[in-house]
Amino acid sequence: MAVSTSNAPKARRRGTDAPYADQYQDWLRMMLLIRRFEERAGEAYSIGQIGGFCHLYIGQEAVAVGLISALRSDDYVISAYREHGQALARGMTSRSIMAELYGKATGCSGGKGGSMHLFDLEKGFMGGHGIVGGQIPLGAGFAWAAKYRKTEQVSLTFFGEAAANIGAFHEALNIAGLWKLPAIFVIENNGYGMGTAVKRSAAITDLHLRAASYGMPGVEVDGQDIVAVREAAETAYARARAGEGPTLLDIRTFRYVGHSMSDAASGTYRSKEELDASRQRDPIALLEARMRDAGLLDDAGLAELEASVAAEVADAATFAEESPEPDASALFTDVLAPHGEDT
Amino acid sequence: MAVLTYRDALNEALREEMQRDGDVYLMGEEVAEYNGAYKVSRGLLEEFGPMRVVDTPIAELGFAGIGVGSAMTGLRPVIEMMTWNFALLAIDQIVNVAAKIRYMSGGQIGCPIVFRGPGGAALQLGAQHSQAFESWYAHIPGLKVVMPATPADAKGLLKSAIRDNDPVVFIEGEMLYNLKGDVPEGEHLVPIGVADVKRAGQDVTIVCHSKTVAPALNAAKALSEEGIDAEVLDLRTIRPLDEEAILRSVAKTHRVVVAEEGWYFAGVGAQIVDLVQREAFDDLDAPVLRVHQADVPMPYNKYLEKAAKADATKIAAAVRRVCYKD
Ligand SMILES: Cc1ncc(C[n+]2csc(CCOP(=O)(O)OP(=O)(O)O)c2C)c(N)n1
Repeated sequence: MAVSTSNAPKARRRGTDAPYADQYQDWLRMMLLIRRFEERAGEAYSIGQIGGFCHLYIGQEAVAVGLISALRSDDYVISAYREHGQALARGMTSRSIMAELYGKATGCSGGKGGSMHLFDLEKGFMGGHGIVGGQIPLGAGFAWAAKYRKTEQVSLTFFGEAAANIGAFHEALNIAGLWKLPAIFVIENNGYGMGTAVKRSAAITDLHLRAASYGMPGVEVDGQDIVAVREAAETAYARARAGEGPTLLDIRTFRYVGHSMSDAASGTYRSKEELDASRQRDPIALLEARMRDAGLLDDAGLAELEASVAAEVADAATFAEESPEPDASALFTDVLAPHGEDT
Repeated sequence: MAVLTYRDALNEALREEMQRDGDVYLMGEEVAEYNGAYKVSRGLLEEFGPMRVVDTPIAELGFAGIGVGSAMTGLRPVIEMMTWNFALLAIDQIVNVAAKIRYMSGGQIGCPIVFRGPGGAALQLGAQHSQAFESWYAHIPGLKVVMPATPADAKGLLKSAIRDNDPVVFIEGEMLYNLKGDVPEGEHLVPIGVADVKRAGQDVTIVCHSKTVAPALNAAKALSEEGIDAEVLDLRTIRPLDEEAILRSVAKTHRVVVAEEGWYFAGVGAQIVDLVQREAFDDLDAPVLRVHQADVPMPYNKYLEKAAKADATKIAAAVRRVCYKD
């Protein structure tokens, strides 16, 4: 895959007067948290503490953090099965997510959802979804509801570049464009859908161009540079909140790991060289460098952040390990609304 | 005979049919360069090239429809659904076109297509990835629904499905791919619509298919130690249903348990019960019982998942009940 970054926005002026400087620390901590959480999840999976499928997000951290950090607390977020990072960025606790991966009663979905189905209604996190592209019309639906209620909320829908080939993508984006819905459609373009490179699955590989058919702007974004992601997010949200309609973001990023835990990071459908090259632009390292340049981070500061993140992840894992399994009776609850419950 | 896995038996069937008939081709997500998400198509790209082993984008409705269209012109596509959960996106083409084109065209246009892939639950994949949909397709006139339980049946039935002139929904067991068994080499055809007695017995008939066949056999073994001699009847084809085989067995044993992977309501088992009460009422010594998945979406938690699935223990318990032995 050719990840072109040539036409990505240029890095901003550096220095403490940079517009987001006061947020760098939070962003860095969140990206580190996502990465360490994912590494821990990978280990837990390999020793059978997590079952089923487990799709890690390592390498894509700046996308979730850049976009979600600019949201209001009442906005909506929806994603696919590779959603641990977005759930963390949205402020769901490490404990509730890790416990869900372990299938425990204390997990955010009570152990019934698992890695692919994290939900937290209070945080406006409307789920991880397992059917490719199935969440795209749902994201448009949240936007429709916001327009209906005149709330100026936006709806952020994450999906992979391969999901953009699903019919639901076309139908949802066309309606969202037609009705000027406050929806942001985010292609997390990591170059591969399972083992298939973009150029083997899309007739036009510049996916942002597709936006033209739906009457919305299509923006290509460097997904390894969190400032670029954040800027694109703000422009899109402002448009949406002003009633000007949806935006399609084609965010170029990398997945350092295999599609899921059963799939090697490289060697089959992509080369080790390609993977190594992608690691040269690590989103966490790039933000670290930006912060060091601006005098906002030193070794001690980084060590402190790492320690705090490590403690949080360790606590989450312990919590998950020690949490109870769901009661056997939970098998039959939550199928339908409780009898007699008013809406 | 060679000992093959279920996966390799399917691979052999595909290879032999593609060698035999140039109109047969395989299409789906990751079938070619990746050798298949479940490796059923391993090596086929190398042998047959990219026009006959065709990778598609993730676009189930689109490529299913392309397959159906090509079948309407006389090609014989095998469309791999990565799993049957994802075929829901293609169900419009399968149900609204493939199943009906012969009828709607007054017999002018047929649709010799096979839709195949893994169905049912694996381990802890959660609600959207753990579904047995055979009763959905079996509901539709114009479709044949085939579900092999053993490597030999997998090979023989897939070859027959590919040669069939009608659309065949061929549902493999997601948990069966590594199952090993004797498979006849070369031309081995198992006819569609013929059930198979996997274990003969006198006291009770366990009607099963696909993933419930192995647990039914395990249950029968355990029950034999308790003095209950169970017959295990593997349907192999859900539609057309081998009604005669079922009635023959009931006439011998007088008691029936139906074991299936899917849900209870309007499930395959309901069809068997309808048949038996209608055609063999006087043969019955006990009501027919059904073993099935708990009537809930599949939970992720491993203990809840186990509790939800049909298994040998539940089948044995149902058998004891119809034998009035508990
Ligand atoms: C409708 C459907 N078809 C196939 C699959 C199997 N599948 C799961 S993920 C995936 C690849 C998706 O790639 P992409 O959308 O680019 O997201 P990424 O995994 O790269 O984050 C496939 C084919 C599925 N879950 N749903």
